[in-house]
Amino acid sequence: MNSTASGVAASAPAAETTRLKVEQASYAYSATDRSAPEFTLGPISFEAGRHDLLAILGPNASGKSTLLRLLAGITKPLSGRVEVDGAEVSSLDLKIRAQKIALVQQESQLLFPIRVWEYVMQGRYPYGRRLRFESEEDSVLATNALAQVGASTLRDYWMEELSGGQKQRVILARAMAQQPALLLLDEPTQHLDIGGKVELLRRLRKLADENRHTVVVVTHELDLAAEFADRVVLLHKGKCLRVGTPAEVYDPAALEEVFNVPLEVEIRPNGRPRVSLRTND
Amino acid sequence: MKPLTPRRVLAVCSLLLLVLFVAVVISLRMGAYPISIPDIVATLFNRIAGRTDQIPSEFLLVVFGLRLPRIALGIIVGAALSTAGAGFQALLRNPLADPYVLGVSSGAALGAIMSLVFAPHVAGAIQIAAFIGAGATIAVVFLLGRRGGQLDTATLLLAGIITTSFLSAVIMFLMTTLSGRDLRGISFWVMGDLATAPVIDLKWLFFVLIIAAGSIYTTTSDLNLILTGEQEARHLGVNVRRVKLVVYVASSVLTGLAVSVSGSIGYVGLLVPHVMRMLFGNDYRLLIPTSAIGGAILIVVADMLARTLLGATEVPVGAMTALAGAPVFIYLMRRRVR
Repeated sequence: MNSTASGVAASAPAAETTRLKVEQASYAYSATDRSAPEFTLGPISFEAGRHDLLAILGPNASGKSTLLRLLAGITKPLSGRVEVDGAEVSSLDLKIRAQKIALVQQESQLLFPIRVWEYVMQGRYPYGRRLRFESEEDSVLATNALAQVGASTLRDYWMEELSGGQKQRVILARAMAQQPALLLLDEPTQHLDIGGKVELLRRLRKLADENRHTVVVVTHELDLAAEFADRVVLLHKGKCLRVGTPAEVYDPAALEEVFNVPLEVEIRPNGRPRVSLRTND
Repeated sequence: MKPLTPRRVLAVCSLLLLVLFVAVVISLRMGAYPISIPDIVATLFNRIAGRTDQIPSEFLLVVFGLRLPRIALGIIVGAALSTAGAGFQALLRNPLADPYVLGVSSGAALGAIMSLVFAPHVAGAIQIAAFIGAGATIAVVFLLGRRGGQLDTATLLLAGIITTSFLSAVIMFLMTTLSGRDLRGISFWVMGDLATAPVIDLKWLFFVLIIAAGSIYTTTSDLNLILTGEQEARHLGVNVRRVKLVVYVASSVLTGLAVSVSGSIGYVGLLVPHVMRMLFGNDYRLLIPTSAIGGAILIVVADMLARTLLGATEVPVGAMTALAGAPVFIYLMRRRVR
């Protein structure tokens, strides 16, 4: 079944270091087929290389999730292209796509109980035949993935026994077991306290650096993006306002327009911006 | 951390097949004509070895002419209903799903009766009509069971109950207006029993059972992922729509097959997968084959009790399964609502 994957999978990467390439991609929602679109996204262009950590930043309803769906290949852009390693993602065979792109979403509700290691093992699904039994190699990769997220001790627990932060790590481990080129995370810090948030971002930073994953994080947390991202895409009402390093993107006027609060930005000695609320005292 | 291996599936299934064999031998012994268990085993092995001439002719008649066909029918029906139950549970993401509870059996029964009315002498028509009835009913129940675009457990079960009661009323109406035709009894369609031998050759039923259950089996890796979340499964490369279509068609075929020859035997598809989940876990690669064999065991035992419990008078086998199944259903429902 894998061999019949659409031919685009085989084409060579556009450039040695570019992994994700978004070219003038746009999308629009409308209530019915004929009515005018209620929400339009884009057109947006940006690129990300191997071991880049890219943050998609914006308030609620700015189009972050829609952009993530385009990156994941779930929805096809109305115009433009989204490419991973030179292949258009929305036209990839489902399993081939799952070998290239892993998507970590907010936790879903489990219907039947499942063990942590069984859950992580699911990440190996795209690499097998339709009816498959896990191999020795799959076990090793799942064990490694759990170790990489610091969750080795959890492997025999039931999923529902875990705390929010632990569950997040296990979901991340399943994504690692997919051995993806591109790792997408949808608001991964939402249910975590500040300690958990920093720990997760450090871990993602490390994964990007060591495993040469390209990591894309959708978030509305300015501080975290400023501290950990290589590049930031700032979205507002479906438009891409700025793309660049945090220092380039974090312009007080632009941030105030997007987040609707008075903000101060200072560039710290390490070249990364720090954002704080501007108060009148 | 021990991943499931094909070897473990084979080992567990062999064990269950052994239990089934014991149940069959005991069931063969039960009845008016007394045969000892060693005689039964000897008869079976002689037959398998092709030494038919060494079997006493009355044993040949009682074992192979009377008792075994009914037991074989029970095995096919039990395996079909139980596999269909596990299939519907995955399809509707609901551990309470069962062909009988959802009204699918009633739909199949109505289809079967219609075919008896309109095409009484066409071979296989009753099976095909029962399959269409099953498939149409599950589609209706699925649509009725949605609330705000989501499948809701309580709404789904209510939809099933209402559908069952409506279809039973239609069946009653048909049976009353068409009395005099050869449509079997009302209790056959509503409760189910194995007393009447079907017109169709058991080989065909067995063939369809293997094809339908086998095609569900090819999707079991995908079902495991779908059960942790459809969207996530899609992101992991599962073709969710194709898998659901296969399971939908195959489960409807299995229900239609069972109902066309045994009426609406209830709760098998609920009871057996539940016990197998408790014994062997939720992995569908193990659950589907163990449920199939377990369903066969349940029906063989239930039918043996139905034949012998009250002496000469028979109880419909569906009454036996309902006696066991309804309390388990209540237990499962209360545990979920809690």
